[in-house]
Amino acid sequence: MQVTRFPSRAAGIADRMSGFIAHLRMNGMRVGPRETGDALAAMSAVEATDAQQVRRALCAVLAGDAEDWRRFDALFDAYWFNAGKQRSGMAQTAHVRVQSAKPMIWQQQDRGIDDTQPGTDQATTPDPSDGEAEGMDGQLIATRTANLSRRDLRELMDEEALKQAEAAASKLARAIRDRRSRRRKQALRGPALDMRRIQRASLARGGEPMDLYRRARPPRPMRIVALCDVSGSMTVYSRVFLAFLKGLIGSGTEADAYLFHTRLMRVTDALRDHDSLRAAGRLSLMAEGFGGGTDISGSLNTFVNGYGTRALNGRTIVLILSDGYCSQDPQALGEVLGRIRRKARRIVWLNPLKGWRDYQPIAAAMQAAEPYLDAHLPANTLDALAALEPQFRRL
Amino acid sequence: MTLSDVHKGLAAQGYVADDRLAMALHLAQELGRPLLLEGPAGVGKTEVAKAVAAWRETRLIRLQCYEGLDASHAIYEWNYQRQLLAIRASEAQGGTREAQLFTDEYLLKRPLLEAISAEDPPVLLIDEIDRADEEFEAYLLEILSDFQITIPELGTIKARVRPIVILTANGTRDLSDALRRRCLYSFLDYPSQETELIILRARMPGLEEQLVRQIVGVVQALRKEELEKTPGIAEMLDWAAALSGLGVNDLAKSRNEVQATLVCLLKTAADHDAAPPEVMDRLIGKVA
Repeated sequence: MQVTRFPSRAAGIADRMSGFIAHLRMNGMRVGPRETGDALAAMSAVEATDAQQVRRALCAVLAGDAEDWRRFDALFDAYWFNAGKQRSGMAQTAHVRVQSAKPMIWQQQDRGIDDTQPGTDQATTPDPSDGEAEGMDGQLIATRTANLSRRDLRELMDEEALKQAEAAASKLARAIRDRRSRRRKQALRGPALDMRRIQRASLARGGEPMDLYRRARPPRPMRIVALCDVSGSMTVYSRVFLAFLKGLIGSGTEADAYLFHTRLMRVTDALRDHDSLRAAGRLSLMAEGFGGGTDISGSLNTFVNGYGTRALNGRTIVLILSDGYCSQDPQALGEVLGRIRRKARRIVWLNPLKGWRDYQPIAAAMQAAEPYLDAHLPANTLDALAALEPQFRRL
Repeated sequence: MTLSDVHKGLAAQGYVADDRLAMALHLAQELGRPLLLEGPAGVGKTEVAKAVAAWRETRLIRLQCYEGLDASHAIYEWNYQRQLLAIRASEAQGGTREAQLFTDEYLLKRPLLEAISAEDPPVLLIDEIDRADEEFEAYLLEILSDFQITIPELGTIKARVRPIVILTANGTRDLSDALRRRCLYSFLDYPSQETELIILRARMPGLEEQLVRQIVGVVQALRKEELEKTPGIAEMLDWAAALSGLGVNDLAKSRNEVQATLVCLLKTAADHDAAPPEVMDRLIGKVA
């Protein structure tokens, strides 16, 4: 492997290490000056001449969570071994792509190499490639995501719709947010006295109940997990739905958003971006294959296996935004919904087709899904979304 | 201490650590930093702490986290009953001074304080930290970064020797960045086939080589099936123990025992349904 040649002004190891930290930061890891110091301290604790040891050591010190941990090797190679280094012209296109209005076909010549990647990787880890795509503004990029038929989602988001959908979403979120637990737990302020704790604390005062403890019903906000279908048949609605997702994420409720077509990706972080232009840029990077076929059951399976334990609990409402046209076996859809059903509180299917007059759930997938749904509601326009609020109150 | 010492030390305890974990443990001791371990259930996160404690021949102090865990259960509490008794007893002899009541004698040390005040550096295992509330995480910050605990009546207690701190989590909720930044990090995943073979041989040396290969092969194949609860290393070892207890030498020849002992591997009803005899036969047929 070729070792990176550093500019002569980066003289000592400290300089290069801080360069490496900056490189990691640009690629989305949360590291700073403190970590630079830690990394250098770690170097003195291991054989600094052994690249393998240094790699392991820096990974232990610098990675903060499982995703960092998986990406670390690629980022390490990129910086120290000159791999994945882009030409300087390329680095600029990362910005240009976000800002330009037209969808851009990116690095066509690399297609052949990258096409092989998604299929094998995807089975084990849900989104390693998406993770790397997020850090596009760095000059050094470890791997590139496959770029098949990318469509720019910014075309599908305009200010007005975004605002309306955000309002609808935050109303919805508010309708289900203010839930309180039935049980009372200790609290600083509260209507009821906590006799047990008062008794216990009175021991410290010789049996006089001087410290008064209180109990209150703690808030138990519902969480929303939204899974939005962005396949070909849904193109006309995706504008509304993406804006709606952004509204949900920004509403202050605990919410998690995913997009799926034939694959599933988590877009919560991208949607949380304050800069909505950049958010749109990140989204379009993620939504490769956007506008293709649908594999609802497969995507939901990826979701349950990959994110299920973390994302679902007894207080979660799962929102599925899809028309139910699925290329896969409808039976599988029923099964996976059954699995979600056991882990989540409610499953709500928002179906744009249901807004049509005389709609019957004839699609085989919808028929298989119906028994597992707590509600199957229409959602074809912003108005329809806004009208969901009373329905949600009842959930 | 060098990296290979860590490898050897753990291996002597029958714990097979991969390079990354060994490095993380090495650094945790060299730099005196806590180590956060994440990974699916049953891959040996808790076992690491036990193995390290056995290797270093020190105590293992374990704090099991749960929702509602608070400072009085995790750090310290005054022994009020004894204090009251002491007051009553001393009243007869002409009274006591308040300062006497707030001494070590009346302090109930909970795991965290115990770990900080110990003479030899113990191994402190904070298990399933993600089950505790976020407020408790905030308590931990002072302890994990400075290794000191402040008790209003006594002052600040500083660790004489830093304990080896191991935290485990398996993703019930997101941990705060503040906590993550104070820790070294390592992710434990299901082991590869080779590693699992080594683990099984190390843990159960009496097993026949053919059975070892079959067990590991079947478990590895099972992990690829779509199960709700993927069997971990702990389950694999349980299964191996169950099979050897029943005197099985060849999985292919003892179908009934295999079916009967599947309770060790599959922990939900749906998973049992997902692995009927035909499926198990297929898996065994592949590895045999």
